[in-house]
Amino acid sequence: MNMQTKPLIARRSPGPDGEKIITLAALAVGGQGGGVLTNWIVDVAEASGYRAQSTSVAGVAQRTGATIYYVEMCRDTGRMPVFSLSPAIGDVDILMASELMEGGRAILRGFVTPGRTTMIASTHRIPAVSEKIAPGDGRANGREVIEAMGIAADHVVAFDMETVAKQAGSVISSSLLGALAGSGALPFPRESYEEVIRKSGRGVEASLRAFGAAYEIATGVSPAPAPEAEAVAPVPVLHVPEKLRAQWAALEARLATLPAEVREMAALGLKKVVDYQDMAYGADYLGMVEKAVAVDAAPFTMSEAAAKYCARALCYDDILRVADIKTRAARFARVKDEVLVKDDQILMLTEYFHPRFEELATTMPRGLGRWMQSRKGLEAWYGRHFDKGRRVRTDSLSGFVLLWLVSSLRPLRRRLLRHDSEMRHVSAWFDTVLQTAASDRALATELLANYRLIKGYSDTHARGLSKFAKVMGARDLLAGRPDAADWMRRLRTAALDDVEGTKLDGALATVRSFAA
Amino acid sequence: MAERSFAKEVQKLKQGEGETFTGEGILAITKALLENGVGYVGGYQGSPISHLMDVLADAQEILGELGVHFEASASEATATAMLAASVHYPIRGAVTFKSVVGTNVASDALSNLASGGVTGGALIIVGEDYGEGSSIMQERTYAFAMKSQVWMLDPRPNLPSIVKAVGDGFELSELSNTPVMLQVGIRSCHVHGHFEASDNKRPEMTVSEALENPKRKLDRIVLPPATYIHEAEKLTKRKPAAETFIVEKGINERFGNAAGKVGLILQGGTYNTVVRALNRLGLADLYGDTEIDMLVLNCVYPLVDSQILDFCAGKDAVLIIEEGHPNYIEQQVAHMLYQSGKTVKLEGKGKLPMGGEYTGQVMVEGLGAFLSEHAPDLLPVAKVATNEEPVAIPDLSKTLPARPPGFCTGCPERPIFAATKLVEEELGAHHISSDIGCHLFSIMPPFDIGATTMGYGLGPASAAAFHNENKKGRRAISFVGDGGFWHNGLTSSVGNAVFNKSDNVIVIVDNFYSSATGGQDILSSRAVNKTKQTQNSIVDAVKGMGVKWVRQIDRTYDVTKMRDTLKEALTTEEEGPKVIVASSECMLNKQRRVKPELAKAAKEGKRVVRPRFGVDEDVCTGDHACMRLSGCPSLSVKDTGDPLRDDPVAAIDQSCVGCGNCGEVADAAVLCPSFYQAEIVTNPTERETRRAARSRRIISWLQRRRDAKRVVFA
Repeated sequence: MNMQTKPLIARRSPGPDGEKIITLAALAVGGQGGGVLTNWIVDVAEASGYRAQSTSVAGVAQRTGATIYYVEMCRDTGRMPVFSLSPAIGDVDILMASELMEGGRAILRGFVTPGRTTMIASTHRIPAVSEKIAPGDGRANGREVIEAMGIAADHVVAFDMETVAKQAGSVISSSLLGALAGSGALPFPRESYEEVIRKSGRGVEASLRAFGAAYEIATGVSPAPAPEAEAVAPVPVLHVPEKLRAQWAALEARLATLPAEVREMAALGLKKVVDYQDMAYGADYLGMVEKAVAVDAAPFTMSEAAAKYCARALCYDDILRVADIKTRAARFARVKDEVLVKDDQILMLTEYFHPRFEELATTMPRGLGRWMQSRKGLEAWYGRHFDKGRRVRTDSLSGFVLLWLVSSLRPLRRRLLRHDSEMRHVSAWFDTVLQTAASDRALATELLANYRLIKGYSDTHARGLSKFAKVMGARDLLAGRPDAADWMRRLRTAALDDVEGTKLDGALATVRSFAA
Repeated sequence: MAERSFAKEVQKLKQGEGETFTGEGILAITKALLENGVGYVGGYQGSPISHLMDVLADAQEILGELGVHFEASASEATATAMLAASVHYPIRGAVTFKSVVGTNVASDALSNLASGGVTGGALIIVGEDYGEGSSIMQERTYAFAMKSQVWMLDPRPNLPSIVKAVGDGFELSELSNTPVMLQVGIRSCHVHGHFEASDNKRPEMTVSEALENPKRKLDRIVLPPATYIHEAEKLTKRKPAAETFIVEKGINERFGNAAGKVGLILQGGTYNTVVRALNRLGLADLYGDTEIDMLVLNCVYPLVDSQILDFCAGKDAVLIIEEGHPNYIEQQVAHMLYQSGKTVKLEGKGKLPMGGEYTGQVMVEGLGAFLSEHAPDLLPVAKVATNEEPVAIPDLSKTLPARPPGFCTGCPERPIFAATKLVEEELGAHHISSDIGCHLFSIMPPFDIGATTMGYGLGPASAAAFHNENKKGRRAISFVGDGGFWHNGLTSSVGNAVFNKSDNVIVIVDNFYSSATGGQDILSSRAVNKTKQTQNSIVDAVKGMGVKWVRQIDRTYDVTKMRDTLKEALTTEEEGPKVIVASSECMLNKQRRVKPELAKAAKEGKRVVRPRFGVDEDVCTGDHACMRLSGCPSLSVKDTGDPLRDDPVAAIDQSCVGCGNCGEVADAAVLCPSFYQAEIVTNPTERETRRAARSRRIISWLQRRRDAKRVVFA
């Protein structure tokens, strides 16, 4: 806790005519246009009979890093006030943050003071590099920052101003200005802001739209945009061709016999699995879920985990899968949507592949694949001549057909070497889960969730597999302990936390020490 | 082409008497130079005076009309040496650079200039990059002023004061035959304000006129015995002349009640923060009116003994407010007081922190502590006693991710460091020497590359000691940017490596500009520049220096080639330094150049291809291996909304410029096939459109055919 225990009460005092200096700090991520925003604010103030001064630590050495802009203004009484050049702790009237964590940083730095500061913050996230490079989910907890805003600020105006700006075809400086105007923290009318935007000359209409939208949200006239998590892409739908309807109905019937708690996840899993391979594969999947249910009891947490992770285990990522995804109609539509292609424009699509000898061999029938794997000379020869990046144009016929042909090997998948090794791996894992469930369902649930560690391609995949093996290996050390599940979860978290696996090794050493 | 164009703003430089000038600090300084009849201007870019150089470059026409010569100097040493034009001729000259690093580079020339002294006013405008956001080591420029005996101005941070300091500086320089440093803080450079303009003045003598009428005076040249005379002259003539000027012209300002029992002596640059702190303590109004006696040193060196002693007379205690370490001013004042047998209590560091920026909070606490001890009656009761309950604010220090600066979206330097990481994965870790420039961001995650940075252009030089006795052993890798290369690297780093038969690997990161300072042109810039000779080859220069093993990579985004070349450099048996020139245009500059061109072409109906990258979220498994080799702002994470998946997947946003790094890295590191490059063709040719339509028909037939036979969940 940051207790404000400073012995001195340092508050600005007003001028003889009651005029006050208003201080405004804007924290931004370099490149967000904080300069434009502060210029606008200064212009609005000066046009409204105020004196104003802005300063910044320019973005030259600050690319993509955290940046601060600072403005002070005071009603013009004919004398020049002594304006300060940087924000001070406990002395900021208005704090603007153009990203959620930067809002948090403002609080941490003491720029948001209870009973004083109006906080105007966009709640969208720009993850920092450290959040992006974690192998799992390294993103910071935004809720904590939003809660802290409520405590630290006198008045909070917080919503996703990035989305508001985007929807208006503008950038965040416009919506931030709208939120500032709408917050009522400055004694200037809406029109004075709009006038300044109009005079700025570039992208005026879009800026005004974003300004207006944000103004109305800030004044409570219209609702804020929904948080990002709710506004994801359209929900996928299942298309079942006529001929397969009966088989699908049978699977659905089986699904209906599962406990209610499991059904939703199992339905998703089933759809994923049949989409991945075929109806029979779906039946295999349901068989696994049913086995889990058989050794489980309400609230069926373990079975739900089984429904989730068995689906993932069965749908491993191989060349066939990638070729399938890359040649789907829905995928073409999504790409078009994502990269914003207009009707009179043409989209060219290049895929980046780098098939190694390993992928080639494992995509062969079992026997042939094994034989290839045993031939080191063959691998070296492939390495010399073929091991390089391939660019495939999927908007062209030749490229598309190439991938389409690979994807049509799907019916043969069960005979391929890769499938063989994957299924061995899956059944070993699932057997361990079922065995464990007999004595410790919580631990079994964690063992299921360990499948989360297997992801990526080539080296990353290999690293994931080895972490998975390490974590699973701890099962024997933990079995029988009352906190076994908890430890298993901790091991997995450690494995997801860093790439090199040092944290995992440390956690494993701890487990070994108390198991010994 | 610089990052920011001041083409519009420089028109303000033409303003004359009676007009109010509005703009940034740097623009005001430029205007002040013209109003004071400057004859020539030079400098080297670097925050915070990069924009001053850009303003000057954009103002060349206006400067030319006035007969003012402007040069973008090769280094700070060059800039300072340029002031030699003021040694024998009555021409006012000004140069500017970043301090303290630039002053370090300039110090040889500075010593010589200061020794011989000047006839025309010589002004060195140093941009002080101290405190928050600084990208350099925290040292004081003050030491240079003391050791070289040049005078140093540190005006109050508002436009009228800064503008006045320029005029005062020239006059002071001429009267005392001494170069003068004008120090401006990073925020003063970018402060927006107003001042009353005056007419611009043509220089009394232009550099052309000087050339036509050469002059020399032996006693101004640094060579014995004149050097000994210079030293004596500094002490007996120049410094007293400066002191007289400072007092008579009222350079330093006195505020408050002179009868006060306590007083503050402060650097001009800290004035606004001090007044704000006094205001917050209830001791000053918002216009700076106060009862507290203050001596504001707009000239921080030399200090005038009589002025300081006069200020201290009759006081109980005096606080020196001096930012940075060591406390040179405090030491001098202490010396004066002691020598003259005064008993006034001297406070300074101690009440205020020894080092670090004197922020608002620091100032409130320091002044509060000083006044509580020496003048407790002055502090209003309301400031020291409160009934307010402090509010407990949640501690976010563990939640918030650090956000250090990094490479821009599409930066061509990113793939160089991705390749270096890949090489290290294969050959093991190496000793890596870094250099100043954007490429130094490689020391941050996700690259975490580089062990030292010793100075601009000194990356390879700082690997010089690493000589491996084992010819087949590991070599040091060093980086230097094109800016650093031309600034100092060609001789100090490359020449040195050749001469000493180094076996190490030198990577010259060539992005066509001095990018970290705002994209100024340099010798090897590819652009045509009206006033500069660009397009000089780095490879030729390196070969000219005697390097035998040189590889030029023309597209750094080719990560595979970059990796293989680096690997070859680390393993080749050829002797001597291995130099790789890795060239691709700075993306920030490229976008600024190309975007309007493309928009125009598209509008005119020409075929335009806009590339960008995307991620197939169904193929991406959320392991983020790509981001561990990239850190691109446009490559980020997002939720899939799929309950079957736990981890966020990679996603590329609208800011992507399609540089290709993602795909190339995925390829070179064999990551995953999730990346695709989308090229959007505006105004396609008819043939192209027909062909695309035909492909689309067949493709969608194939897709329908397949979907008819299976279940699709999409």
